Amino acid sequence: MIRRGLPLLGPACVAGYLLTAVLAPLLIPAGRLDPVRATGPPLTPPSYRFPLGTDSAGRSVLELTLCGSRWSLLIGVTATVLAVGLGAAIALASGHFGGPGGAVLDRVVEWFVILPQLPFAVALGGVLAPGALPVLLAIAVTSWAGVARVVRAAVLAVEAEPYLERVRALGAGHVHQLRHHVLPAVRPVVLATASLTLANAVLTETTLSFLGLGDPTRVSWGSVLHDAAVTGAVTAGAWWCLLPPGLALIVLVLGFEASARLIGSIPDGRVR
Amino acid sequence: MARASRWVGTAVARLLPVLLLGFVLFRLLPGDPALALTRGRPATADQLAATRHALGLDRPLVTQFVRYLGAVLRGDLGESFEYHRPVWRVLAGGLGPTLLLAGTATVFAAAIGIATGARAGWRPGGRTDKLSTGTALTLWATPTFWLGLVLLVALGVGAGPLPGLFPVAGMRSAVPGAGPPWPALDVAWHLVLPVATLTAVQYAQYHLIMRASLAAQRGAPYLTLARAKGLRDAGVRDRHAVPNALLPTITVLLLNIGVVVSGTVAVEVVFSWPGLGYLAFHALDVPDLPVLHGAFLLLSAGVVTTTMVADAVARRFDPRLRPP
Repeated sequence: MIRRGLPLLGPACVAGYLLTAVLAPLLIPAGRLDPVRATGPPLTPPSYRFPLGTDSAGRSVLELTLCGSRWSLLIGVTATVLAVGLGAAIALASGHFGGPGGAVLDRVVEWFVILPQLPFAVALGGVLAPGALPVLLAIAVTSWAGVARVVRAAVLAVEAEPYLERVRALGAGHVHQLRHHVLPAVRPVVLATASLTLANAVLTETTLSFLGLGDPTRVSWGSVLHDAAVTGAVTAGAWWCLLPPGLALIVLVLGFEASARLIGSIPDGRVR
Repeated sequence: MARASRWVGTAVARLLPVLLLGFVLFRLLPGDPALALTRGRPATADQLAATRHALGLDRPLVTQFVRYLGAVLRGDLGESFEYHRPVWRVLAGGLGPTLLLAGTATVFAAAIGIATGARAGWRPGGRTDKLSTGTALTLWATPTFWLGLVLLVALGVGAGPLPGLFPVAGMRSAVPGAGPPWPALDVAWHLVLPVATLTAVQYAQYHLIMRASLAAQRGAPYLTLARAKGLRDAGVRDRHAVPNALLPTITVLLLNIGVVVSGTVAVEVVFSWPGLGYLAFHALDVPDLPVLHGAFLLLSAGVVTTTMVADAVARRFDPRLRPP
């Protein structure tokens, strides 16, 4: 599934989103997306002045979509760092040290892999106030185990290699083995998994913000869609409020998935 | 006997954490219930202590957890704040619609995914493969609730020249006689958009696993034999390769039930489908913590149990999965 002609399309797409997220505040004056101070007429279809139309508060959907990438990516990246950090650490511990402790960790991982994401997130949203915390927790708690499972398999494969036996025979300690031999060998797997986790994290952030569990004061793709559903833009058939944030998200997710495949296919001998 | 006791052990090891998580989320995190009960009224420290004692909150956490376990296992999930009925009664009403929606969508998703995946995996890298796998991956990257909203606007509300063809909310027509004549047909008519949404997003899982599984069968000697018998290409694929490739797909079908449940929750919210997910989402607004708690336990325990059954079933039918 790697497109031969354009191998860098995925990373280029992700880079484009990052650039947009960083530059958005320079292009769009502060306060223009404040629903109280918005200047446009409410719910107008795309026009010359508003290329993607306006939402019910009279804000430009184009500007909302550009700005929305900031919060969606920030939450996605933070949750992914938490999930991949924890998942990789647990995988290294259980894969390298093994023993009864490793077996217990494996059971814990197995259980968290099954935990259904959305019911857990909704339950969390019921007991915590809406904001970044329930969203981050919901994504991290339901994602780390998937990372741990994939990375653990890679760690076990490396542990069985003869060169690690040689290193051990030469008297290397656990820290040396992990830092100089195991970790570099599983790094491509960790990166590829991180890219997939990031795709899933941004998707979930959007879903949770749409459900109203996110920070209500932030503009994100999910909150734009939440507003569209709550203020009646959806029942009025205002398709221009709906399509841009969703399509932007789909392209970003596909970009992350393409990047993961690219990282996974880098000739390395072990990673396939 | 040994197998049965091992199974019971696994069941306890998988279900106890669900209850532990429910205890932490709904008994420890929401703060002090004694303070919540006296909200707005001045209370002395003695009165608070008496309330805590009456609620058993001054006991050690382990005792509280054991009491909680006892209550949940007896089916006592408390009373809904909103409906003033036992929580299990409220949830029982949502179970049927959720099973109907998730079940119908899974049947469609599996049928479509297996059919397209088999064609794609028969010639990996071919034009059919690129087109169908690209479509599946794009739909898989789509947020379920968003696709639901788009279908709702396009086919429910009607955008531009399109008229509204399907109902946008609920499971039955509010006005009798507004929909198709028979009740079952009415439900089916309401089911179209939610099932279409869920199927479109979910079928990629089955497509991808079937594609990989069938691609692994290519070149196997038994297929050469089937060709030598004079079977046509489609016959070799459908009668010989597909049955062998089907088992991993069925296992995935059951193991990924958690993903299906998450998708169902999102679809239920968009289409106001009166299932467990919609009940839980609605309980967020009130907030109706007992219903939220019950829905969480029921959905999570359901997913955990299904995966356990899936494991056992797959091992029963596929000797390759049994431990040596």
